[in-house]
Amino acid sequence: MAAPDATMHGDAAPRAERRLQVLSIGARCAIPVYVLLALGFLAPLVAIVGFSFATPRGYDAFQTFTLANYAGILDPANTVWVSFVRSLVLAGLTVAILAVVAYPIAYGLARVFGRRAGLVSLLFVFPLFVSENIRLYGWVLFFIKGGVLDGTLRWLGLPGGPEFLFSPAATLFGMVYVYLPFMLFPMTLGLSTVPADLIEAGRDMGASRLQIWREIELPLAMPGILIGMLLTFVLAVGAVAEAKVLGGQSIIVITHDIEIAFTYAQNWPLGSALAVLLTILVGVLTFFGIARLDLDRILGRR
Amino acid sequence: MKPARALDDDAATAVGPAPILRLDGVTKRFGAAAAVDGVDLDVRDGEFLTIVGPSGCGKTTLLRMLAGLEQPSEGGIVLRGRVINDLPPNRRPTCLVFQSLALFPHRTVGENIAFPLKMRGVARAAREARARDLMRMMRLPDHYFARNVMRCSGGERQRVAIARAFANDPEILFFDEPLSALDYKLKKTLEKELKDIHKETGKTFIYITHSLEEAMVMSDRVAVMRAGRIVQIGTPEEIYTRPVNRFVAEFMGEVNVLGARRRADGLYDSPDAPGAFRVANAAAPTGFIVVRPEFLRLLSGRSDAENVIEAEIYNSYSLGSRQQYRVRAGDQTLVLEQSRAAGPAPALDSRVLVGWDSRDGIFVEE
Repeated sequence: MAAPDATMHGDAAPRAERRLQVLSIGARCAIPVYVLLALGFLAPLVAIVGFSFATPRGYDAFQTFTLANYAGILDPANTVWVSFVRSLVLAGLTVAILAVVAYPIAYGLARVFGRRAGLVSLLFVFPLFVSENIRLYGWVLFFIKGGVLDGTLRWLGLPGGPEFLFSPAATLFGMVYVYLPFMLFPMTLGLSTVPADLIEAGRDMGASRLQIWREIELPLAMPGILIGMLLTFVLAVGAVAEAKVLGGQSIIVITHDIEIAFTYAQNWPLGSALAVLLTILVGVLTFFGIARLDLDRILGRR
Repeated sequence: MKPARALDDDAATAVGPAPILRLDGVTKRFGAAAAVDGVDLDVRDGEFLTIVGPSGCGKTTLLRMLAGLEQPSEGGIVLRGRVINDLPPNRRPTCLVFQSLALFPHRTVGENIAFPLKMRGVARAAREARARDLMRMMRLPDHYFARNVMRCSGGERQRVAIARAFANDPEILFFDEPLSALDYKLKKTLEKELKDIHKETGKTFIYITHSLEEAMVMSDRVAVMRAGRIVQIGTPEEIYTRPVNRFVAEFMGEVNVLGARRRADGLYDSPDAPGAFRVANAAAPTGFIVVRPEFLRLLSGRSDAENVIEAEIYNSYSLGSRQQYRVRAGDQTLVLEQSRAAGPAPALDSRVLVGWDSRDGIFVEE
């Protein structure tokens, strides 16, 4: 390394140092995250917003300004709102089913399984190591006519499997299956932050099991549960593979519409406008969810 | 004297007439180890009983069994003549103040105190009125009612926890070292307040602590626990002045312990200090002489005390109104305390005579 010029060293270095000190140490540590967010999150978002105001079927983002894309979507004659509703209903149902399914497992992980909790968690994490599409096609092989379920039932002399595949129900099943870990782990975290002595104190003061659950456990675990719900909701609204693979395109969800606009239809401005509307919709819902959260408590700082 | 008291074989320590709670060989095993090992205990109605012992002696496990949070492996817990071993905590007329206080962080002060009443289905107006009464009793300002409990200070939270324990009007209150996390001054204040509350309410208090000072200040009776058993039970004075063994003596504060062996002439000599010592009420040929620091005195002459040891002042410590000295006699270090007014302070490293009278020494066999 070359020795720095003496005058440079004596003059410029402290000034640079002073400038750095204007930023707090936390802000300096956050620089990589800021850069990543700006490039990976903000830039595409700006591009999408730009495209959404461009001439339909054109590529002149930021050069033209028209509300035609939005007007087209909001036109009562357009049925794209059905896809929005489908996605929101499917996501809502996914969250509701997951909350009911994951709660007992989360309770077990947080309170009952003890030392085996690690092993059980691992079993739920394991499927994440396999690509989602491959897992979904696995379910297709399981449910398809002449597949694992149907074939086994026939082999046993039974009438065979139900007509389940390529239906909205199959789509919902796929979403519940895929997003289970995303509900389970925040929920487990939430439940495990409820101190055991609060529950004992509740019992000591005359509360029944149901009262303890309603008055102590549920409200204290709520931040974790809400995070799980938000996470699965946001993921489920954006889900497309389940509807395509397990649903067999029996229903078109909004993300599928966006994909069609960008690829098959080559109408980027329309796809962008749809994406912007979806982002706003999910963003508003998320904002109301986050407003009820207390991250400090979840992380145990209080 | 009332007949009930006359029948009591330990009449001197009797506080109330009948036992409200009787423990009959209560044992709790975790695997092969017994955390609580055959505890027999009568708790009198309205007394303030403290169970004191080092950590790991089983006192918390014992208290959890009394509260119903654990079931005994053997033995019986009898409340007013009824065995309550299997009665769940929510159906016992008792309430436990946890070491952590176990306040509900998502509730206000008022909601915390009214919680037990809400669980019993008491109407809102009635339970809020009761909560405010309890706040007054615990000297919590009325405007704290709607304050989040996590915004209260340590001492205030303490009061909220105690107020909440009273809400269901329990017959017995249990305390699991609730003062241990507080600073010294606050602890001293609350100790006395707790004793005042005990006097005002007339409830039975069973308190657990590892601190001798807490036990001494508050209790009517103290039970000393060691390795799952109760070693001694009595008034604080009895425990302090007549410990049954060296463990109790040493647990109840700083003491001087000298090994003792009886000689042919009835005096005792000690491997720990030169001299022949007169011991009152000594029955056994070997044992220990226990002398509390306040009974060990600096002497002006050999005839000042029955038992005398030559020593050297090692160091001196101020305890406020009293002065403590650590003196060395051979390999043995002795500690003595005297009031500041007792005389001029001896110089460090000076040769002195220290001694005690036989009635001030305690002889224990083990």
